[in-house]
Amino acid sequence: MTDAIVLDQVRKAYDGASVLQPTSLSITQGQFVALVGGSGAGKTTLLKTINGLVETDGGRVLIDGAATADLDGPTLRRRIGYVFQEVGLFPHLSVAENIAIVPTLLGWDAAAIAARTAELLDLVALPREVATRRPAALSGGQRQRVGVARALAARPSILLMDEPFGALDSVTRVALADDVRRLHDQLSLTTVMVTHDIAEAVLLADRIVVMSDGKVIADAAPRALLAGHPDPAVEALMQAPRRQAARMREIAGE
Amino acid sequence: MNSGLLSLLPERLAWHVALSAAALALGLLIALPLGVLAARSPRLRWPALALAGLVQTIPSLALLALFYPLLLLLSNLAKGAFGHGFSALGFLPSLLALTLYSMLPILRNTVAGLTGVDPAVVEAARGVGMTDRQRLWRVELPLAAPVIMAGVRTAAVWTIGAATLSTPVGQTSLGDYIFSGLQTENWAMVLTGCIASAVLALVVDQLLGLVERGAERRDRRLWGAGLAGLAVGLAVAIAPLAADLAPRPSRYVIGAKNFSEQYILAELMAERLEGQGASVTRKINLGSAVAYRALAAGEIDAYVDYSGTLWANVLGREDNPGRAAVLDGLRTELKRRDGVVLLAPLGFENAYALAMRRDRAEALGIRTLADLAAKAPRLTLGGDLEFFSRPEWTSVETTYGLRFKARRQFQPTFMYRALGSGEADVISAFSSDGRIAADDLVVLADPRGALPPYDAVLLIAPGRAEDRRLREALAGLDGAISVEAMQKANYAVDRDAGKVSPTEAARALAAGLKR
Repeated sequence: MTDAIVLDQVRKAYDGASVLQPTSLSITQGQFVALVGGSGAGKTTLLKTINGLVETDGGRVLIDGAATADLDGPTLRRRIGYVFQEVGLFPHLSVAENIAIVPTLLGWDAAAIAARTAELLDLVALPREVATRRPAALSGGQRQRVGVARALAARPSILLMDEPFGALDSVTRVALADDVRRLHDQLSLTTVMVTHDIAEAVLLADRIVVMSDGKVIADAAPRALLAGHPDPAVEALMQAPRRQAARMREIAGE
Repeated sequence: MNSGLLSLLPERLAWHVALSAAALALGLLIALPLGVLAARSPRLRWPALALAGLVQTIPSLALLALFYPLLLLLSNLAKGAFGHGFSALGFLPSLLALTLYSMLPILRNTVAGLTGVDPAVVEAARGVGMTDRQRLWRVELPLAAPVIMAGVRTAAVWTIGAATLSTPVGQTSLGDYIFSGLQTENWAMVLTGCIASAVLALVVDQLLGLVERGAERRDRRLWGAGLAGLAVGLAVAIAPLAADLAPRPSRYVIGAKNFSEQYILAELMAERLEGQGASVTRKINLGSAVAYRALAAGEIDAYVDYSGTLWANVLGREDNPGRAAVLDGLRTELKRRDGVVLLAPLGFENAYALAMRRDRAEALGIRTLADLAAKAPRLTLGGDLEFFSRPEWTSVETTYGLRFKARRQFQPTFMYRALGSGEADVISAFSSDGRIAADDLVVLADPRGALPPYDAVLLIAPGRAEDRRLREALAGLDGAISVEAMQKANYAVDRDAGKVSPTEAARALAAGLKR
């Protein structure tokens, strides 16, 4: 079986300063991968090489076995769902128009777009009546739900997310994270999520890739990372979730 | 306000609107794409904004004036290359200057609007797979639209204001009221032009404001209403110009320089032509040199000039062979050089002359410049602001050996008052000035011919030399206007109290013609 996403010796530098060392990574169909690390670790750059928002200086990116270099950027990006850190909803378009943007660019007919929009609102648990509102009239959590719906509109098999819950309060964040994991399973997606929150990565992902200074320093299942890792930086990173897990067990055990 | 002022309003407003709208449309067509390019490329941004800013620092009147010689040069080059040139006067120079002028606010706001779009939204547009073009049309331009529209509003108000300055390059506009009014100190006329242009600017600004608010609130009805209002207003305002689309041969253009006598004589000619059923356009407030060139180029069909001016400025002659010889020389030379036809003189002169109060001249026994020379050392001479630097003064001074006690310079209005109050004993005057009769002045005779003759003559464009309707309409004018009649007509327009419009003065003058 071919991997959904393959990065082969991908690298990137800005003005001579390397932000991504040559990196290889294979992600199988259906995996939920979390990219974690501090700021400047290169995780967002790595994510953006997948849909071509960042052009690589060298190496290959394969989607379902096909090299993305053979595709033009817009065509590639319309096939991959992308959820932004700052949501990036179009303020001059209604919620429905925002959700429908990729199908519109792909030239779907109006009836298909309307049906899909209604379906997506249900899928991300938003009431139908928000369809005609502008993004400014929504709460932060609602806005990011619209962002997820927009990313999924054209039924992509791959979903990329860049700090999707970063700006949300913790209650909203947990609810939305659960829903995203549910959608991932329900729609058989391959998901890559950038986050700086290691606990979130542990709770949501099947596989955690830890980055530092443009390099992958750990790549394993959450359970394996919690058990221990030879790299002291990774060990330090895992301290917090370990303590939280212990405390949870303690409380639950009482 | 009298009807004479408002009767010309539809035509002037129509031209003003047509000119401003064309300049704004052209400005948008250039500045908007340029703004898009400049927003995308920082390397282009600085030079584009700097150039547009530089244009803005040129006073608009000068910008308009500079386009005339530039176009004249291009027209002559085109004539050499393709066999025919184009009109360097009127609409084209005005349009180009105003277009340049309208570009800065549109350019600046387009750049500001586009670069001000939230980067997260721009990245989202790329992330969902928009091409550069789709991102521009679907995201960046709609989001920048309110800022761009604000720039268009500014440009519209500037353009409508600056369009009043197109009058001196021969483009009819609401500025005709302002320039003519300033020249004749007819403040009602100046106000008419100012108010009309201000109201126009306000209305356009409000309608564009509707479009701007519509763009801001993404309210289709609001910006639709604004655009519809603009379209209807434009159509109604320029409707009177449909008459100008009539076939050229039956349409005449009468020119005038920028003073009262010229306005009156242009009206006189225009009304005679209109009396014969012709349609007439008036191009008034032309610069002195501009008027003759426009006639030679066929851009105006007829206007009145003065023999001495043509002799010195067009033919470049400095001698004074006498009235008849100057006229004969002009008639043959202008025909030979430019094909311009000089009809018979109108019958009066508008010359530089020295004038005194009648009682004072009689008391001193002065009738000629020769008489004056003997008494001059006890007298003060008042001149207008350019008189003492003109060749006419040098000629008079040396021919008669005039030595005055003192020389003083005045604005024309104050010069006449100075004569009344005794601050000056002798002044430089124009012989057809209405104040000579009104203030009971005498013009001193010039027995040695030191001052060149300034006979008012009718000039006809080369292409109209054989035009029977024009010839017939103007035929009755040769020798028909006495200097007294012209003085009276000028005074009716120039006086402080009870002044009339040039049109009314022209009608009164026509009614009292010698035949």
